[in-house]
Amino acid sequence: MRTDLELIYDWVPQGAHILDLACGDGVLLERLAQEKGVTGYGLEIDPDGITQCVARGVNVIEHNLDDGLSSFCDNSYDQVIMTQALQALRRPDKMLDEMLRVAEEGIITFPNFAYWRHRIHLGLRGYMPVSKSLPHAWYDTPNIHLSTFNDFEHLCKEKGLVIVDRAVGVGDHKGHWTSKWWPNLFGEIAIFRVRRRA
Amino acid sequence: MPDSDTLAYDDRPADSVGLVTPHVVKFETPLPLACGKTLPEYELIYETYGTLNAERSNAVLICHALSGHHHAAGYHTAEDRKPGWWDAHIGPGKSIDTNRFFVVSLNNLGGCHGSTGPASHNPDTGRQWGPDFPVVTVSDWVTSQARLADHLGIERWAAAVGGSLGGMQVLQWTITYPERVANAVVIAATPRLSAQNIAFNEVARQAIRSDPEFFDGWYAEHDTVPKRGLKLARMVGHITYLSEDAMGSKFGRDLRSDDLSFGFDVEFQVESYLRYQGDTFSTAFDANTYLLMTKALDYFDPAASCDGDLACALAPAQCPFLIVSFTTDWRFPPSRSRELVDALTRAGKSVSYANIESPHGHDAFLLPEPRYQALFSAFMGRVAREQHIDAAGAEETR
Repeated sequence: MRTDLELIYDWVPQGAHILDLACGDGVLLERLAQEKGVTGYGLEIDPDGITQCVARGVNVIEHNLDDGLSSFCDNSYDQVIMTQALQALRRPDKMLDEMLRVAEEGIITFPNFAYWRHRIHLGLRGYMPVSKSLPHAWYDTPNIHLSTFNDFEHLCKEKGLVIVDRAVGVGDHKGHWTSKWWPNLFGEIAIFRVRRRA
Repeated sequence: MPDSDTLAYDDRPADSVGLVTPHVVKFETPLPLACGKTLPEYELIYETYGTLNAERSNAVLICHALSGHHHAAGYHTAEDRKPGWWDAHIGPGKSIDTNRFFVVSLNNLGGCHGSTGPASHNPDTGRQWGPDFPVVTVSDWVTSQARLADHLGIERWAAAVGGSLGGMQVLQWTITYPERVANAVVIAATPRLSAQNIAFNEVARQAIRSDPEFFDGWYAEHDTVPKRGLKLARMVGHITYLSEDAMGSKFGRDLRSDDLSFGFDVEFQVESYLRYQGDTFSTAFDANTYLLMTKALDYFDPAASCDGDLACALAPAQCPFLIVSFTTDWRFPPSRSRELVDALTRAGKSVSYANIESPHGHDAFLLPEPRYQALFSAFMGRVAREQHIDAAGAEETR
């Protein structure tokens, strides 16, 4: 599994009922169902991802996240997970509201634009960063709202959300000690667990 | 116990089930209907493809749509030009893989292809049923299908599958007999008809009923057929099966000849096409059956028993669902499938949903399309794995 998914796996409680936004090929949901008795649905827009989910026996619903989550009731899930999709949404802030309307807790991962390699790309070489976590060119990227580890913390603070956990992924690893101390600089992928204030 | 109906047929395409022979089974236990009447006895005509395994765990039920019937796959004779109506999806290696599954496809009660319907003999009166044939509902069909399953020794379907009105029957199965359906595939369907859907059906019915040759449904006794009415009904129906884009790209404003005739004969290609479709249908389908089928569509509304709460109506369902819609279907548009999906998620049921890009409107459910086939195959492959169905046993008999 992808690094961020490995981390998230540990944060999902046994038997939870969850929504996995942008669930891709359904590998996280499959493992959570098999090993932790987790139930729920993945939302996905990519046809191949949907077919792969169906082949795995993972519940998947074709859904454009930019349409919001209005078809899901308040507090109807334990957790809503959204991996690597925040940056591609038209209004990431509204999605955050939606996630925490549907569930008390949300897990969000996104590429950290302030990662040192990205900074070098932009700061020294003067080009928009292209990396493993941001593989597209500026003109064809689906990532229209790039943000940093710090930016997201700031947004959570503004919304009065509680950050329960935060972590970073770097390449294929969970991150070096440097990324724990300076996540905004050394974290390639930002991973947050947030809650509504009680 | 019926085995596979499929016979050796040398010229068939490799992925065809080949030549098939329908069976007719007579039921003598009276069937109480939703309308309050009872059918004293009735026959159902059906076909099967593939082989029922020893555990009887690999049976798949196909439910047909408005003008469909039991002949879903293969050929009746080596001279047949066209295979059954869902041959694109049923056969060796196809989405519903007859190397693995034992497929049962029937003609519904009230039909005109061999099951008891308006053209059948009414034992009470000694004449044809005609317009006296009771209005049957989707629930009635499902009850009769369950009796067919009993007859075939099938306790539980590995999957019940249907498109359009067929999808509604599948939905009803999961509500009425939840323990007898292991998986449900509901394609291009809706949990209930909209006012616009009913309006189109009413136009079709009025076209038939106002044909002077309809004789209040007793046309057979007058040795005639309300062809004009049926033709009109089919023409209006057919418009709702295609998308605007599909019609545009198929016909555009093309004329049959170079010049306008300033008259009312066929001029545009689309007129010619619709008339042809209507003419063909008017000689092949029964008017009373058409009226019954459209009524079954109009009446279908499982949520009605739950004050309009579809999630509540679906509460008894136990099986995983695959719901499929098509982007250009405006008869039962994606939003209607999504209503169904949302009710299922609210009810906490296992459900997957895909909205397939297709230019073909409602008719897309009948046609092959790579994404549709990949998805359908993936789901049915999962069904086979879950039910521990392997292809080996069935392979030997072919």
